[in-house]
Amino acid sequence: MNKPVNQKAWLLVLPVLICVAFSSILPLMTVVNYSVQDIISPERRVFVGTEWFASVMRDRELHAALARQIVFSLSVLAVEIPLGIALALSMPASGWRASAALVAVALPLLIPWNVVGTIWQIFCRTDIGLLGSAIKALGLEYSYTGDATQAWLTVLLMDVWHWTPLVALLAYAGLRAIPDAYYQAARIDGASRLAVFRYIQLPKIRGVLMIAVLLRFMDSFMIYTEPFVLTGGGPGNATTFLSQYLTQKAVGQFDLGPAAAFSLIYFLIIMLLCFILYNWMQRLGTPGRADK
Amino acid sequence: MKKRSLLLIVYIALSMLPIYWMVNMSFKSNAEILSSFTVLPLHFTWANYQTILTDSSWYSGYINSLIYVTINTVISVTAALPAAYAFSRYTFLGDKHLFFWLLTNRMTPPAVFLLPFFQLYSTIGLMDTHLAVALAHLVFNVPLAVWILEGFMSGIAREIDETAYIDGYSFPRFFTTIFLPLIKAGVGVAAFFCFMFSWVELLLARTLTSVNAKPIVATMTRTVSAAGMDWATLAAAGVLTVIPGAIVIWFVRQHIARGFAMGRV
Repeated sequence: MNKPVNQKAWLLVLPVLICVAFSSILPLMTVVNYSVQDIISPERRVFVGTEWFASVMRDRELHAALARQIVFSLSVLAVEIPLGIALALSMPASGWRASAALVAVALPLLIPWNVVGTIWQIFCRTDIGLLGSAIKALGLEYSYTGDATQAWLTVLLMDVWHWTPLVALLAYAGLRAIPDAYYQAARIDGASRLAVFRYIQLPKIRGVLMIAVLLRFMDSFMIYTEPFVLTGGGPGNATTFLSQYLTQKAVGQFDLGPAAAFSLIYFLIIMLLCFILYNWMQRLGTPGRADK
Repeated sequence: MKKRSLLLIVYIALSMLPIYWMVNMSFKSNAEILSSFTVLPLHFTWANYQTILTDSSWYSGYINSLIYVTINTVISVTAALPAAYAFSRYTFLGDKHLFFWLLTNRMTPPAVFLLPFFQLYSTIGLMDTHLAVALAHLVFNVPLAVWILEGFMSGIAREIDETAYIDGYSFPRFFTTIFLPLIKAGVGVAAFFCFMFSWVELLLARTLTSVNAKPIVATMTRTVSAAGMDWATLAAAGVLTVIPGAIVIWFVRQHIARGFAMGRV
């Protein structure tokens, strides 16, 4: 069934447009404005055209940060999506146990991001932290501030701890929406657990999984606070992701022009990647969608 | 069946460890934290919580955070409701592009908006107010609310709308008396996510406030950077930031369980 055409629907969208215009279009235009000017002082500004863009594009540190970012985001997806699905499958369907499991699993989501960083800081320090001391007691060298690989892995572990619950919640909600009849039919056919998962559960939760992948991808691509608190982007630049780099430029060095040009490029990269992902998953999801 | 719940139990146990460690530390004194390593506090103390609950520079942080998070959640959900209805029920010029454009706002790193927000709010005199943070957080919460609500609304049969209109209901009356109760769960989930993302955000909240509306998350960073880490107070403050989230999630647990994006599955 197709939706009726109704241009008056724009009126319903209007409040959202006003809200988002105030907090998104205006600031974005300011960024565009900055990106083509050299602001020497509030009164003196010079139009420099695309100079900032050119210099940002040639910035080697930016390339490195982008590469780190992509590897990080893909690792996040590779760990969190399967783990989230596995968790959702193992959660009880109803009763107090379901409620308790939901709240326990979801708890890390509700912790402010800098507190997440703090928690992991006091958890991983070798002098006062549980994990840090435990690893040290095993006789292994561990320092999330000294060793680049370990810092990177610690940040990844923190992200998995922090965000797998989101994937699990979404997948769980998707699973609960599957009518019992499907499972009964599968039982009659003598389907194995694997077959039930492959042919019933997975296709049915494809919609929410799409949301989960998109959300996790977007959010991991703009991760800032947690590594900022935990490692401060170090050691060296090992955990400096794009947002860190941008904030360093914009707030730390107050390079408005390059920071703005970088912001726009960053924005475009994210939009492009999400557009591809979004369309790809929409296409993937279309044949199986119940409402089509 | 047994093996599967084992995974869940192990996962929950592991994921509780960092939180447990923070709670553990919040009941110790700084001296004890640095001198000895124990799984339970040797000298149990409420002193850290006392510090926070009696010092106004600490507890006002919680009040500020709660104020702007509430304003933000109310505005986000109210604005998103009609828009989500429009997206789920009608085709109109540019609807798909508009929807994607909204999503791009959810994807934009807050760092991109940092400077412009700072300038914009300075110009119109909103700096260091709760409203400034609430408005800034609309950028990612409104699109999310629209997205979630649209999913829930699409799960409601369109015949209900049509029947109501035939029965002579006006749009506002139909929407508030019939439609809204039907998507109660969706509103709950949307509000929950708006609350969550606004509550946990640090970068914008910290930049747009200085004294009057300083959120708790920013108060905590100040302590982090202060000379001589006050681990115990920091841990106690951290524990207190987790509590509102735990309460909120307890209220919406049924709704989340009932099916997140019913229409999309």
